[in-house]
Amino acid sequence: MHNTGKVIIGLLIFLVIAAFPIWYAVAGGKTGDLPELEKAVKGENCVIDSVEMREIHMALLDEWRDEVVREDDRWYKSMTLDSTIEKSLTRSCLGCHTSKADFCDRCHNYLAVSPYCWDCHVDPKEFK
Amino acid sequence: MGIDRRGFMKISGLTILGIAGGASIDGLASPQTPHDKAGRAGEKRLAMVVDLKKCHSQEGCKDCVTACHLYHNVPDFDNRKDEIKWIWKDSFHHAFHSMEHEHLEESITKGPTLLLCNHCDNPPCTRVCPTKATWKREEDGIVMMDWHRCIGCRYCVVACPYGSRSFNWRDPRPHIKDVNPDFPTRTRGVVEKCTFCELRLAKGQKPACVEACKEGALLFGDLEDPESDVRKALDGRFSIRRKPELGTEPEVYYLV
Repeated sequence: MHNTGKVIIGLLIFLVIAAFPIWYAVAGGKTGDLPELEKAVKGENCVIDSVEMREIHMALLDEWRDEVVREDDRWYKSMTLDSTIEKSLTRSCLGCHTSKADFCDRCHNYLAVSPYCWDCHVDPKEFK
Repeated sequence: MGIDRRGFMKISGLTILGIAGGASIDGLASPQTPHDKAGRAGEKRLAMVVDLKKCHSQEGCKDCVTACHLYHNVPDFDNRKDEIKWIWKDSFHHAFHSMEHEHLEESITKGPTLLLCNHCDNPPCTRVCPTKATWKREEDGIVMMDWHRCIGCRYCVVACPYGSRSFNWRDPRPHIKDVNPDFPTRTRGVVEKCTFCELRLAKGQKPACVEACKEGALLFGDLEDPESDVRKALDGRFSIRRKPELGTEPEVYYLV
């Protein structure tokens, strides 16, 4: 093979550049940086188990919106709270996690997802 | 002697024709009238009554329109082309074109007529919606909107004979002066209209327009309940509806 040394050096340089985001984060000690979310202002428990909520809240909210709008079924019996809460993004979710920016947005931005809830629903803090 | 091939074909053909023809005549001869109680699933039928004379008693009053549009975050584009309206006023001439004549009593025709979605018993808009984003709620007859599902095809806007539906050609948010955080806004590309205040009804409140009207010109209630305000009002006075000849069975009644 011709120029073996040069090719290998070239490949190494390429790998170093391509892996920049990884070694930069490692060097900066930022690998474990998860977004810190605002704690709920009241209560110990979420309306369902909080780990489960983290995983399925999008499906749950989809379910709620269909039940509320299409079936006029507006109340959710929460097992973890042992009470009934309103199926409402702005009144129930934001009732405890009062800051959309520090709760919803922080994680959504970290994961680069942009749900369109807030295209229509109103963050009560934004319009007082 | 048995029948021949030709005879058999004749008899079987006539039999088939008889069965098929009979069935189709049956279908045609028993039209489904929406006001057939038997065909109605819900035990409630919400309706509104507008007393035109009372409505005209305050000239230039827009209390009901303002209250509704404020509550529902209806944008004001200040441009007829993009206008969004849930409840609005237009001339008697436009509202009741086919019933108009030169010598109608002036107290009825002089002022503007209050218009809103008629929440038809036989709504043409819901039939054309490809996503079921609009449908008639069987329990109480409200023609509902699910803005999550509306894809903005505007079939319903075309189907509605009353002009009750508006389309968001532009992003409405910047054009809402006072946003009510308890009610969502809409986005560009979505159709909207009056929902008889279904959210307020769920909370046990009256529709915003009815509550706002100081003259008592707007009445709201259940037509199936003989003791309701609307039934009493309709019992006592002569009332008209918009374009009844279309068979949509509008549920907004105008006392004249």
